Amino acid sequence: MAISQANFRARAKHALADQNLQSAMAKAKSGFVDKRAKALLDLPGFESLRERGRRIKDHTLAHLDVYLDQFERNVNANGGQVHYAADATAARALILQICRDARAKQVIKAKTMAGEEVSLNEALEREFETIESDLGEYIIQLAKESPSHIIAPAVHKTRAQITSLFDQHHHQRSGGPLRETPDLVNEARQVLRRKFLAADVGISGANFLIAETGSIALVTNEGNADLSTSLPRVHIAIAGIEKLVPRLEDATTMLRLLGRSATGQQMTAYTTFITGAKRDNELDGPETFHVVLLDNGRSRMLGNEFREMLRCIRCGACMNHCPVYSAIGGHAYGWVYPGPMGAVLTPMIQGLDQAKDLPNACTLNGHCQSVCPVKIRLPMLIRRLRDYQFEQSITGSGARWAIRTWGWVARNPRLYHSLTGLGMWLLAHLGRGSVKRLPLAGGWTKHRDLPLPARGGTFQRQWEKHQ
Amino acid sequence: MPKADLSSTTNPTPRVGLFVTCLVDLFRPQVGFASVKILEQAGCIVEVPKAQTCCGQPAYNSGDIPDTRAIAKQTIAAFAGYDYVVAPSGSCVGQIKKYPGLFTPDTQSHAQAVDLASRTWEIMSFWVDVLKQPAPSTSFSGTVTYHDSCAGLRHLRIKRQPRELLTHNANLVLKEMEETETCCGFGGTFCVKYPDISARMASDKIQRIEQTGADTVLGGDLGCLMNIAGRLRRQGKAIRARHAVEVLADMADGPAIGEAE
Repeated sequence: MAISQANFRARAKHALADQNLQSAMAKAKSGFVDKRAKALLDLPGFESLRERGRRIKDHTLAHLDVYLDQFERNVNANGGQVHYAADATAARALILQICRDARAKQVIKAKTMAGEEVSLNEALEREFETIESDLGEYIIQLAKESPSHIIAPAVHKTRAQITSLFDQHHHQRSGGPLRETPDLVNEARQVLRRKFLAADVGISGANFLIAETGSIALVTNEGNADLSTSLPRVHIAIAGIEKLVPRLEDATTMLRLLGRSATGQQMTAYTTFITGAKRDNELDGPETFHVVLLDNGRSRMLGNEFREMLRCIRCGACMNHCPVYSAIGGHAYGWVYPGPMGAVLTPMIQGLDQAKDLPNACTLNGHCQSVCPVKIRLPMLIRRLRDYQFEQSITGSGARWAIRTWGWVARNPRLYHSLTGLGMWLLAHLGRGSVKRLPLAGGWTKHRDLPLPARGGTFQRQWEKHQ
Repeated sequence: MPKADLSSTTNPTPRVGLFVTCLVDLFRPQVGFASVKILEQAGCIVEVPKAQTCCGQPAYNSGDIPDTRAIAKQTIAAFAGYDYVVAPSGSCVGQIKKYPGLFTPDTQSHAQAVDLASRTWEIMSFWVDVLKQPAPSTSFSGTVTYHDSCAGLRHLRIKRQPRELLTHNANLVLKEMEETETCCGFGGTFCVKYPDISARMASDKIQRIEQTGADTVLGGDLGCLMNIAGRLRRQGKAIRARHAVEVLADMADGPAIGEAE
């Protein structure tokens, strides 16, 4: 998906007024947050598990070259092939070529955020009949939208909206009866089952890449990934290079963190380890197995102070607990990664000037960091991006001028106290208690009254008299 | 989080520098006087250095590191020599505790920043964790709810301290709101840069406050309280907002935040 250049504020405002979005978000938020909290109650050692997860990822990132090499050797030993994609263009080209070489007509996809990151669908759809098999992805594919959440791509849609999409695409009608969720799932399953059987190529992501075995780990709750990766002749997995873990045992540690953090599950309904293509003595599985390892800015992050962002296991807990994300949903963020993790990843991958608002549309309340299963210091990273915006003059000139002027005054205590004393005296006499409007303070008074200062003067002034 | 230095608690009259915070200084001086009052009641010698202005957080969170560093140096100098530096704000104390990161390790400024950070406390946690004194007696009577401000809660782990102090008074009924740990939408400059999102967050917070039936919302940070009070007033609600220290100092009989004198 291409990054949306449209104004973040405008999209946020639109989202705040969208009743469907608001009701879908309210439901989803409480679901994710409560389920995670319950799952954690049942695992008193979760804090030490987080620390273990952090260490595994830090260790892997510090020796990424070694583990990439080991992974590649083991994939090859199992009859698979590893491809390196430096960026989105390279990833698309590699995957398209594999599909062409396989003389594919139909491609089925399991959910992959790396695929979203490189705009894989748009490229595939031009040459192949391409269908998403994850229910959420399938819904937004029908709606021609992008995911608004990294694990629940259609979280912004209500049941009524999904019913009407299915009416339009499955029954060529409108105004059919509102269906219950299980009925909608069954309906999609009927459609998708035929596609699974007909597909030539299955494309998936990977939740983890395991160096010691050359395996990929996939988790779903629908089982669609298992069909997508085992029925077609060719399986292509695309994953960021940061998805590596050294050992199978490390993957199990990460899986324990992932399920609980993402959906509040001890384990997802399906957890699959895939090692190579079908062997001679096996009945099922693809004839060829490819892993496309995506860099797309990751090795740059590996070498700078944003390295810890590469610990991210894409659980979505940060956005589920983010009050800004909850208010505006994922589309307002403009690209595939929303919420706190997106506020760091999007500028890092797409460029700081391509996502000006993202690091700023955050109250730095720290809830995201406190729930992150691998302890990424998201508020620190988000704030750090503001330093670079300020340095590179990406911060608007008005805001820069205001902050520098204020900073200069604050560095001169005598001037500061005289100016604030005068300012507060004026403000105190504008009304009684609070005002509804104030020139130059529209940002505050648009939705809030401004409490006015006391008429007796600033604390410093009163204190001076009192002494 | 640094542990209280027990050796200095043996000093019955510690010298405390009050970091007033800019919002208290400008908008709610009585929180400053309330802070002085309870600190003096506890036996502290309280001084208010004139050379203080703001902790530098607006500059820091806007990415203006040179100005932040200059303000940090000024604050370090203004508060040199005090046994403790105490502020009625978790947010500003959190900022002062970030000062060391502004300076190169092994420089004098860095050492001074580390020293200041180790002496600086949010007022309610100072009372409970350092002074370890029984809660002050107050005459406040009413039903309140407490909003946990994010910096105090997550950076300084302030959660139990204000509750311990407030509920010491049997006439004060504390009713916890749902999602008390969720941000109110203030976020410093966030609230004026993204007023629509901020207002939604404040409205959500107010809904939670209302559900408790409390007549007053208390908190430990004036920024959040002004945001909540401003939104309450815009919505025409009768719920009042105050800094918890006003209650603890028995100075909660005047107008609440945003109310006419």
